[in-house]
Amino acid sequence: MTIKTYREAIIEAMILEMKRDEKVFVIGEDISGGRGCDDFDGEAAGGPMGLTQGLWDEFGAQRVIDTPISETAIMGAAAGAALSGLRPIAELMFSDFFGVCFDQIYNQAAKFRFMYGDQGATPLVIRTMIGAGIGCGPQHSQSPYSIFANIPGLKVVTPSNPYDAKGLLISSIRDNDPVIFCEHKALLGMDGEVPDESYEVPLGKGKILKEGNDISIVAIGQMVGVVQNCIKNLEKKGISAEIIDPRSLSPFDDEMVYDSVEKTGRLLVLDESNPVCSFGSWITSMVSEEVFSSLKAPTKVLTPPHCPVPAAPNLEAAYLPDVETIISASENLKNYT
Amino acid sequence: MQLSKDKLLDAYTRMKKIRVFEETMRDEFAKGTVPAFIHLYIGQEAIASGICIELNDNDTIASTHRGHGHCLAKNSDLERMTMEIFCRADGLCEGKGGSMHIADLSVGMLGANAIVGANAPIAVGAALRQRVMGENLVSAAFIGDGASNQGAVFEAMNLASVLKLPVLFVFENNGYAEFTGVDYHCGGGDIAGRAEGFGMPSYKLDGSDFFAVQEAAAEAVERARRGDGPSAIECYAKRWYGHFEGDPQHYRTKEELEAIRKDSDPLKIFRQKVEEAGLVESGDLDAIDKDLLSQVTNAVEKAKNSPLPNVEELTTNVYEKGSY
Ligand SMILES: Cc1ncc(C[n+]2csc(CCOP(=O)(O)OP(=O)(O)O)c2C)c(N)n1
Ligand SMILES: [Mg+2]
Repeated sequence: MTIKTYREAIIEAMILEMKRDEKVFVIGEDISGGRGCDDFDGEAAGGPMGLTQGLWDEFGAQRVIDTPISETAIMGAAAGAALSGLRPIAELMFSDFFGVCFDQIYNQAAKFRFMYGDQGATPLVIRTMIGAGIGCGPQHSQSPYSIFANIPGLKVVTPSNPYDAKGLLISSIRDNDPVIFCEHKALLGMDGEVPDESYEVPLGKGKILKEGNDISIVAIGQMVGVVQNCIKNLEKKGISAEIIDPRSLSPFDDEMVYDSVEKTGRLLVLDESNPVCSFGSWITSMVSEEVFSSLKAPTKVLTPPHCPVPAAPNLEAAYLPDVETIISASENLKNYT
Repeated sequence: MQLSKDKLLDAYTRMKKIRVFEETMRDEFAKGTVPAFIHLYIGQEAIASGICIELNDNDTIASTHRGHGHCLAKNSDLERMTMEIFCRADGLCEGKGGSMHIADLSVGMLGANAIVGANAPIAVGAALRQRVMGENLVSAAFIGDGASNQGAVFEAMNLASVLKLPVLFVFENNGYAEFTGVDYHCGGGDIAGRAEGFGMPSYKLDGSDFFAVQEAAAEAVERARRGDGPSAIECYAKRWYGHFEGDPQHYRTKEELEAIRKDSDPLKIFRQKVEEAGLVESGDLDAIDKDLLSQVTNAVEKAKNSPLPNVEELTTNVYEKGSY
């Protein structure tokens, strides 16, 4: 086992899959940077967040394709390449930019299999950065995974740590449907144990990070780390929380959540998306429908408020659900009569 | 060079204000006082100034992530703009936008924009006031070489051309889109030429020469006001610093950086021209320098000492007050 960052885990997954399968290639903006020009022989840029660092040097321009700033063309070309037998990993630098290119994802890639009578697969991975917390402002900080998960035909993955990032990305690349792989920008530097060899973390399988009896807490993406910081405090208050990281939202491991709620009788979901039609509200609605009789308290979702992500650092800090809110929500659920 | 002395001093003031402001922001960023990434406009001062000097407050501009220079050239409120960069409550956007979203609608500055290319259709929309209301106005979009590859930009050019709208598509070719050279990313290599393909006149000029930009702008603005439709102006001027502050710039050489500063300094070029032609005394310009330095220093001090937004303000401004 070696300690690697979330960023390194992502890069390693791409390198392993590109070595394993020559049909896998990477396409996106600023991947090679100046390296694209004839008269420059320095290091390739690897994107503004270094998420493709080293790929160009290892595989060259044939399979590490730098593009102009043209997201519609990038996503559309990736969708077309996938439909034609290649296995593209398309980088959408910030998930906010899906606004520029959503037709190719939503009306095209997501629907090929269904519309075309299952004639072919669309093995496309869109790697994209989500999330608030590091001062990127209203157009670079959103977490639109609930919008992606709303669309039939798309799979949606939200790794919360380096180990899962690598295993989930490998599974996503091997998957035969379009996958939106949501990398959280606040986690890129996070360390963790990541085996050097190739391994898969299956899509649609959640993980119980800690067992507990009083309350089931489902946390998505960055929220997983936040809730882990609450565990001691919750224990001090006599609350035994079971913590679940669903890891992928579509497909979603509903059985794991039902089983947990049947044991604890209480459900809290921590979700970074906008509250209206959030993924968290979908989880609570499924739980209410399927295991209603197990519930000892109403289900609860914590999200940011219904507003864009603000630039001011103090507002951004107030925007995200924090430890205090989580603890008091858990207490309320525990004490509900 | 048919400009009055007042206009020359105005031109110099706009350019120098940008220079002083951005150098100050650079220092502040290095000190860690600026809460987000900033993209500096130094090296391109003559472009924003040469365009905006031909516009009035009723005319509009739509800007980019590299927007400080556009804001200043359009005479946005210096103090409130600075406060916005520091995300303060009294900033132009009440601290919610920050550097990449500064807007000052009172002077027709329709916002910096963090979505590359998104501003082009917005500028076209503002120009619709001519068609719908018969208003006399011109609308300009500033578009980077990188942004020129966005579908939104092509669609905006075609729409403006089809509807003969009073739009200036100002292409700021600064050599790079983030770390990627224009030689690599621009098919055909001729940004202005693409605009011509949409049926509009185009200019290609040295964007470090204020007079080149201003002359083209004057013509294009006149054409637009007459109702003869859009124009494209491609201005070459490399940025002096990184894509954002903190960019180590591995993609270009020290020699390139030295050469731009030496040969393509818009302020040096302007000063030399007007002084040699005897149009302006160097003392006049020195006085402007001094005045701007104190204006900018004061604005920054004031911004840093002004309060952050109240946390209760987090959810305001999403909808009209009282409507939701
Ligand atoms: C739609 C979209 N794609 C990508 C980006 C990321 N990005 C920000 S600035 C930039 C480069 C823009 O280059 P150019 O238009 O030449 O402007 P310059 O930075 O040189 O002023 C990129 C790719 C973005 N903000 N929006
Ligand atoms: Mg550029």
